[in-house]
Amino acid sequence: MSADGRREIGTLDWRGSAGGDLLIRGAHALDPRSDLDRECDILVRAGRIAAIADSGAGQLPDGGEEIDASGLHAFPAFFDPHVHLRTPGQEYREDIETGTRAAAAGGFCGIVAMANTDPVVDDPAIVAALRERAEAEAAVPTGYVATVTRGMGGRELTEMAALREAGALGFSDDGLPIADAGVMRRALQYQHLVGGTILLHEEDPTLTGDGVMAEGAVSAALGLAGVPDVSESTMIARDGALCLYEDARAHVQHLSARASVDAVAIAKSAGAQLTAELTPHHLVLTDEEVRSLDARFKMNPPLRTEDDRQALIEALRSGVVDCIGTDHAPHAGHEKEVPFEVANMGVTGLETAFAALYTELVMPGVVDLALIVQRMGAGAGLFDLAPSRIAPDTEADIALVDLDAEWEAGADGWESRSDNSCFAGRRLRSRPVITIVAGAVAYRRREFAMKVAG
Amino acid sequence: MRDLLSIEDLDRGDIELICDRARSFAEVGRRDIKKVPTLRGRTIVSLFYESSTRTSSSFELAAKRLSADVVSVKSAGSSVDKGESLRDTIATLSAYEPEAIVIRSPEAGAAALVAGWTEAAVVNAGDGKHEHPSQALLDVYTLIDNVGPLDGKRIWIVGDVTHSRVARSCIRAFVTMGAEVTVAGPPTLIPRGIEELGCAVAYDLDNLGEADVIYALRMQNERMKQSFVPSLREYAINYQIDGRRLGPRQLVMHPGPVNRGVELSPEVIDGPASLITAQVAGGLLVRMAILYEILAGGERPRPLSRIGAEPGAAGEGSPIGEPA
Repeated sequence: MSADGRREIGTLDWRGSAGGDLLIRGAHALDPRSDLDRECDILVRAGRIAAIADSGAGQLPDGGEEIDASGLHAFPAFFDPHVHLRTPGQEYREDIETGTRAAAAGGFCGIVAMANTDPVVDDPAIVAALRERAEAEAAVPTGYVATVTRGMGGRELTEMAALREAGALGFSDDGLPIADAGVMRRALQYQHLVGGTILLHEEDPTLTGDGVMAEGAVSAALGLAGVPDVSESTMIARDGALCLYEDARAHVQHLSARASVDAVAIAKSAGAQLTAELTPHHLVLTDEEVRSLDARFKMNPPLRTEDDRQALIEALRSGVVDCIGTDHAPHAGHEKEVPFEVANMGVTGLETAFAALYTELVMPGVVDLALIVQRMGAGAGLFDLAPSRIAPDTEADIALVDLDAEWEAGADGWESRSDNSCFAGRRLRSRPVITIVAGAVAYRRREFAMKVAG
Repeated sequence: MRDLLSIEDLDRGDIELICDRARSFAEVGRRDIKKVPTLRGRTIVSLFYESSTRTSSSFELAAKRLSADVVSVKSAGSSVDKGESLRDTIATLSAYEPEAIVIRSPEAGAAALVAGWTEAAVVNAGDGKHEHPSQALLDVYTLIDNVGPLDGKRIWIVGDVTHSRVARSCIRAFVTMGAEVTVAGPPTLIPRGIEELGCAVAYDLDNLGEADVIYALRMQNERMKQSFVPSLREYAINYQIDGRRLGPRQLVMHPGPVNRGVELSPEVIDGPASLITAQVAGGLLVRMAILYEILAGGERPRPLSRIGAEPGAAGEGSPIGEPA
């Protein structure tokens, strides 16, 4: 339990053991939640942060490991509320082990897996089975949401109470919208019994039609069917109104458009319990990328215009958007090496999320580093988990990041089973080198390990 | 560039070069034996994932007039995600070591993808609703043949622009050649943002009188089911080019096949203003010119954009001089 009574991230299922003792020496710790921004030694005992000492003053406990972190930054490790682990049923794209390893490599200490698997997670037995597997295979704490509707059919509610009982953190038909407003309303009503937020993929299928990219000048020039931004924003407006009316809460996933930001802002200012999320790719890229017709730039919602991207950045700053989620969506080569229109939607993102945002938003001075760190951890709060902190008597969930590292995304492979990254081939600055979860090293870059040994 | 994937890749000089080359082939068509030996012993694969009459037949005939061996693969009504993947199909066909692959696909970007997978030169014979470059080149050729240079000419493209690769390639080509292009049609069938290609947009034909050339697009029946327009009858009332709308000095073009009585009235199709038959004839010559320019550079196909830039390259070694 954290100080405020919320569960800590390490209580989710993963294979990690109870953490040991560590001394992280000389890192520049930055934690906006704890008002921490200085070089220090972080002492970890039994998986929890025991003390934060002046640099050089920390004492290594007997039998503990010392990590020379001079030149590195220490952030509260990130939390991704939006990951597709593809298990069960699509293990040729990803599985629990590869997906959570990718998460650890990206500096994440916890993730939530979406439920649009095969079969979909709409049965308590599936939740239980997945949790059992995560306990054996997951490199970082992993939570599961269940679907809102049976088979993601959009018509009948799942047994939400039984699913919560089995451990579902919340509910989502992500991948598909809940097109029927009446079904959406009943799910929000039922939330008063069962709790748990409802994560929404907002899209009006009648407005999306056959769309495969953002509607606009680029889609007109390419002859691709476009998805208008109102497909997303009208659904957000609808669900904001429903949340307000039912006094229920919901979370809007992956905003893509200025119109969507406006819809969230209106709902929030009216008092709706609505939260919202942004992906790194929508914050960094625009539909200009699609001119290449490279299917690695195909995802849903689609990349939109520079004006939309600017609105998203502003929403991240202003707090209209609460957190960053990657929507990590692995697809196999044969699902992407096809013409754009028939390619699957989705991109991987766990291993590039921080570096892409740091390179494209922090380095040019568009967004403060502290804000990125804060928003990349905030997703835990959606599930009533305490976001990680670097503060005494909290679970030791720490990402050690080399802000000066320069690398080409994908050049030395991926931890993920799939390589459909929209950042592949880009020069990125900064890279997580060690990820500590509940005091245990969940990931360590090989060259860093050698540096320690030498 | 050694492929023909998109009009977007061509500048005015490239387009003029192909038109000049096509003009030189016109003479071949007037001979008893209508062949030249330029591509003798070379293989051209024609791969059509969509039904086509004039494009596939004219590419095949163009290849044969250049003495190439032609392999035609037609996948009636199929799409690349059914059965064998496009990539596997290309790997299979590449075993024949073709010099060129002419491909039509229902999906945008298919030809460009194929170009990345094969040693062969790739000619885009239509990719989804994206581009149909050989059609636009034959239209430019036909127009220049009939009205001279396109600079300052006003061309109206009328009909379903949203679903038309012909419109996208023609807008690009006509604008590149100096014409002023307006697209006109029902607001439901003019894509938002099309102005980026350099054209103006009209939703009615009130100012059609300013056009030197009217290019009508095919109105497909399936658009009715999707409620893009309420009925063909209403479409015809508002957008059909008929004797009443057509001015005395205006010319009419259409990429075919025509829906008689929908986008064009019969008296216009068969009347003196129609360039439709000339388009088909020009299509053969232009496709010969495309294959020639891409392949006749010898062992290493030279970049199309550079052919002609070299001194004397365009004029020398006229293919017509060699008896077949």
